[in-house]
Amino acid sequence: MTALFEGLLRLGDTTLILSHRVSEWCGHAPALEEDIALANTALDLIGQAQMWLGLAAEVEGAGRSADDLAYLRDVWEFRNFLLVERPNVDFGHTIMRQCLFDQWNGLMLNHLSGSTDDRIAAIAQKAAKEAAYHTERSADLVIALGDGTKESHARMQSALDAFWPYVGEMFTADPVDTELARDGVFPDLASLRAPWDARINEIFASATLHKPDSAFAHQGGKSGKHTEHLGHLLTTMQWLQRAYPGATW
Amino acid sequence: MYAQMVKSTGSGVKPLDEMSPQERAFQERIDRGEKIEPKDWMPDGYRKTLIRQIGQHAHSEIVGQLPEGNWITRAPTLERKAILLAKVQDEAGHGLYLYCAAETLGVSRDELTMALLEGRMKYSSIFNYPTLTWADMGAVGWLVDGAAIMNQVPLQRTSYGPYARAMVRICKEESFHQRQGFDIMMKMAKGTEAQRKMAQNALDRFWFPALMMFGPSDKDSVHSAQSMAWRIKMNTNDELRQKFVDQTMPQIDYLGLTCPDPDIAWNADKGGYDFSEPDWSEFFDVLRGNGPCNADRMQARRKAWEDGAWVRDGLMAHAAKKSAQMAAE
Amino acid sequence: MTETRSEWPLWEVFIRGQHGLSHRHVGSLHAADAKMAMHHARDVYTRRNEGVSLWVVPAAAITASAPGDKGPMFEPSNDKVYRHPDFFDIPDDVGPM
Repeated sequence: MTALFEGLLRLGDTTLILSHRVSEWCGHAPALEEDIALANTALDLIGQAQMWLGLAAEVEGAGRSADDLAYLRDVWEFRNFLLVERPNVDFGHTIMRQCLFDQWNGLMLNHLSGSTDDRIAAIAQKAAKEAAYHTERSADLVIALGDGTKESHARMQSALDAFWPYVGEMFTADPVDTELARDGVFPDLASLRAPWDARINEIFASATLHKPDSAFAHQGGKSGKHTEHLGHLLTTMQWLQRAYPGATW
Repeated sequence: MYAQMVKSTGSGVKPLDEMSPQERAFQERIDRGEKIEPKDWMPDGYRKTLIRQIGQHAHSEIVGQLPEGNWITRAPTLERKAILLAKVQDEAGHGLYLYCAAETLGVSRDELTMALLEGRMKYSSIFNYPTLTWADMGAVGWLVDGAAIMNQVPLQRTSYGPYARAMVRICKEESFHQRQGFDIMMKMAKGTEAQRKMAQNALDRFWFPALMMFGPSDKDSVHSAQSMAWRIKMNTNDELRQKFVDQTMPQIDYLGLTCPDPDIAWNADKGGYDFSEPDWSEFFDVLRGNGPCNADRMQARRKAWEDGAWVRDGLMAHAAKKSAQMAAE
Repeated sequence: MTETRSEWPLWEVFIRGQHGLSHRHVGSLHAADAKMAMHHARDVYTRRNEGVSLWVVPAAAITASAPGDKGPMFEPSNDKVYRHPDFFDIPDDVGPM
């Protein structure tokens, strides 16, 4: 498996799994306007997943499609960040997770827009516009709910505490990342951390939220060592493709 | 239909010469095809009936998100997932447009929501049926949206301006819904043996509930007569049901499926199909809350409302703090 | 059951389409503040490429003409036919005007 294929799976799987989580909200959001907004976010992320996985399949050259990669791999073959497979819990957790990811994705896509691989640059340029909107929206919601009522503040703080140990994985480079960075295909992941911290600190200050002191970071998503939640998600997502092999839909 | 058995007020249509001058002028405006707008004078009964009807229509869109939402996380391809999600998102939008239309009549969205959650207002019977297989996504789009369109297209010409404008927007978006449903059915009906069986099974389960959507015959109903005089109901239930059956039968044939009504037959004299009535006792049971999914649907809506309260309140509290801050500066 | 609390206020949404025409009223929505209203307007009313510019206005800030004033407000312009170009008969020989 080449580093390029691996790197594309990480982007594709992360957007795929997050889009799935966000789509679970459809019909259940706190207000109609939010229901529609969450669906838009999920749709944008499905679109990004289709592009990343489509390119991954092309790079692999084994005749698989984006759908094959999404629906016919098992849990150890998925390469998404652990952060995005965590359950929705409540609207606060959902928006906090989104904000932590959006800030990373926005920075990542800006760098990828100048990737030495033209195909990656083209996808990133398209996705960056959507990501810019997501970034603003989730930050606004984190600020408003952190600052809102006693209850909304408490819920946002507990969401932040729960997700904080999953932040580090987004910035920890392994040999795949290092190889891609060396060739100018991906940015150096560690270099994203400072601008991410700067923006996140501003958001949390306005939101009156306390950034946890612990620097501990769970690892494993990028190498296929997932939490138990991913298996259940895949069981749901892949069910039809698994139950009726070879059918077209 | 999405608004079923909406009771108008009063005991029937008054002849013009028994109306007060104000009522008469109002009725004459409607007869001339003029639109009634929010600030115009209107009879109390017109306002109340419209609130019931638009409210019920809006509730149906929102509860109607649930049976299809049930399959978003299980959609079989990325493209199907995106299409279904966009479709169910549209239902939320339709609910939103309709609640806004109702709000112009002096009732708030929260009041209407409470009326739904406390069981004081209804939503369409059809959404109390379960979606058991992926073929149900086809059947719902094709049959349920197809039946809804029958009613919604004429409602674009309804007398109440905000309602008519909401329907124009809804119909524009709705045309993709029925097509995506039929597209799923085509794939299933022409697919593997298992898929074909799944498609037939979905048709078998949704045929009669779809016919029930139009409501029982209302040719003798005083409520319907009044609503038709006010142009907030444009056709009788039987007319729309007949039109739906006549339109759908050739599509069933195209798919190579079998209509579950053994007695359905073309009647050359009337230029339409003769078909069996659905089981109206089942319909009334569903309306009374005894459908297969009534309890689940209401539980889901209540949970969304209650779990969302802290979010709605939190955002309001933040907005209030910010505007107080700005006022102080 | 939760009681009805303070509801998000109502906003009116206006969109300018692709073709450079004026903003047109397209509908309403609820939002806690102006920025949220703008985001909601984008998410609710521009999902099908409807426009290139959005206005959101608090519904409470709109002053509407009263239906009862329809006569005095609008009928006086009915007889000012000379304001319309087709009031004037220009002979064909003059050429385009």
